[in-house]
Amino acid sequence: MDEIKDVVLEYVIDEYVDEDDDVEVKHDTPLISSGIVDSFSMVSLKAFLEKKYDITIPDAEATPQAFDTIDSIAQLVQKHTS
Amino acid sequence: MSNIGSYEERRGNFDWGIAREILGWRDGELLNIGVACSDRICAAGKADRIALIWEGFGDERRTYTFDDLRIHSNGFARFLVDQGVGPGDRVCIFMDKIPALYFAFLGILKAGGIAQPLFSAFGDESLEVRLESAGTGTILTTQKHVRKVRKIVDRLPDLKRIVVVQGDPDKLKDGEIFFDVEQAPRVEQFEAHSCDSETPSVLHYTSGTTGQPKGAQHAHGSLWGQALTTSWVLDLTDDDVYWCTADPGWVTGTSYGIIGPWSLGVTQCVLDSGFTSERWYRFIEENRVTVWYSAPTAIRSLMRDGEEVVAKHDLSSLRHLASVGEPLNAEAVIWSRKVYGLPFHDTFWQTETGAMMIANYPGTEIKPGSMGKPFPGIEAGLLDLTTHEPISEPGKVGLLAFRPGWPAMFRGYWRKPDVYRSKFVGASSDARPDELRTDGALWYVSGDRASVDRDGYFWFVGRDDDVINTGGHLVGPFEIESALIEHDAVAEAAAIGKPDRVNMEVVKAIVTLNPGYEPSGDLELSIMNFVRKRLSPLAMPQEIEFSDKLPKTRSGKILRRYLRALEWGEDVGDLSTLEDD
Repeated sequence: MDEIKDVVLEYVIDEYVDEDDDVEVKHDTPLISSGIVDSFSMVSLKAFLEKKYDITIPDAEATPQAFDTIDSIAQLVQKHTS
Repeated sequence: MSNIGSYEERRGNFDWGIAREILGWRDGELLNIGVACSDRICAAGKADRIALIWEGFGDERRTYTFDDLRIHSNGFARFLVDQGVGPGDRVCIFMDKIPALYFAFLGILKAGGIAQPLFSAFGDESLEVRLESAGTGTILTTQKHVRKVRKIVDRLPDLKRIVVVQGDPDKLKDGEIFFDVEQAPRVEQFEAHSCDSETPSVLHYTSGTTGQPKGAQHAHGSLWGQALTTSWVLDLTDDDVYWCTADPGWVTGTSYGIIGPWSLGVTQCVLDSGFTSERWYRFIEENRVTVWYSAPTAIRSLMRDGEEVVAKHDLSSLRHLASVGEPLNAEAVIWSRKVYGLPFHDTFWQTETGAMMIANYPGTEIKPGSMGKPFPGIEAGLLDLTTHEPISEPGKVGLLAFRPGWPAMFRGYWRKPDVYRSKFVGASSDARPDELRTDGALWYVSGDRASVDRDGYFWFVGRDDDVINTGGHLVGPFEIESALIEHDAVAEAAAIGKPDRVNMEVVKAIVTLNPGYEPSGDLELSIMNFVRKRLSPLAMPQEIEFSDKLPKTRSGKILRRYLRALEWGEDVGDLSTLEDD
């Protein structure tokens, strides 16, 4: 679980946070509700997870709530990998 | 009783001068939208009324009175004039929905400048195209977004001033200016620029099928149309707390997120935070929102999240709901009536029209899925798809068009008079923009297809061009394709809309690859993120299809309509111009 969190955290920081941003992303930092990741960009984050872990996340489960923190994303990934 | 009263009576006895009546406008008053939304409301005895309830991420909350609006917009106006900004100069606003955005918008107009709001999620390439087109001399931004400006400033010779209005002043680069209007000395008096109804006010960029986005230029006279439609369609009154969910980077966010409500002295709310159903409902509950103007994409997202989350909140303050951005499907109207006890009233208008053109009105029958009926004073018609002759048969699909002359109509596309002329059926080749916008014998063609039923209700059918309407925002395929082929792997590209349950359409790209590249999931993700950063999340293809070749005409033009028809399962039409295999 922790490994998944670290991988997702690294990806989010690389892709959605700029060097100049005064944003510290932790495992429980809100991503969607804070505006770091918007609803359109969730699609590329979902695509990353599906490719990285060879899973399919149903659209019904790809909600703003499920994608709102690294913790909740990791739970979603673990559900589909286990 | 609603503000509009009887729609039929209003339609039969209409004059745009009614806008002056509802505003209490006196002869000889200074027409300047910046003043009309602040000083004028204070002079009417509402200086202490709350103008803006603002909430940001982390439940940060601030409130501002109309007197605060007056002072802080004066502050921006004084600052800009002192910096050398003069009448007609373009001043870009590039920031999130923070309070300074609203003060800056009014301040620019008071100073006589042209406000050019741009969506803060735009990447550096989208930003550059629009700043270059407008010849923008000043940009107001924040520490969060200034990095995108830094990447392009060297290629923008007209851009003289980069002003950071929020953030850490110690992190500015050489030549950048820091200005926090709330920390600056109060400017009690500012002599606003004297305008008339034709003085340029706002420049909103919009996308077309070909070429880069165009700047739709509006004028201070738009106030009459925006105030009257706000009153009659949104039904705002003195006691309301109004929430327009649109970002002022788009026209709804200025026409109905600033000008309409504040010219009427109405309290409005802004939520500058990411979307979740729970957060939105809590915002309505805590602020006792009464009138809510939102978009079909958001409404469908709320539908998806279900009724359980609704039941956790007290939404009894709501009394009127309206929607704009794309056609509101019948299911959403029925659902909102069931769940909120109120139907969403769909409205139709565009960046170019500046104000609502067709709407469903409080107190009149709603046909779920219909755009509604033309606003009183607006003559809407349908033109034959081929001959452009007016058609009258109920149910027949035609080009949706309007007789020119309404107050909020755009005055031109910035530096593109020929493109402006092309929007009018029946125009002579040498007609000037001022002739086009006042000639009631012409038709302004919207670019949308629609039909009208026997009761006079209009029904949206689709776009008449290749522009993609995603989440209520128009995205031009050319801009996306131009970005796609800048990716090292992409040789050729076509961008089309594909159906989407929530956003109506999302962008799909069909690409061919350069030698040495093979289709893969990693490559698809790389291309998606490349476009997202260059343009915006809206423009990011949500699907990329790899193809060996793209369908083209014999002259080499990519046949987007063919690809779109395949995607939507529609008739591909005449393929006689298709390049032979």
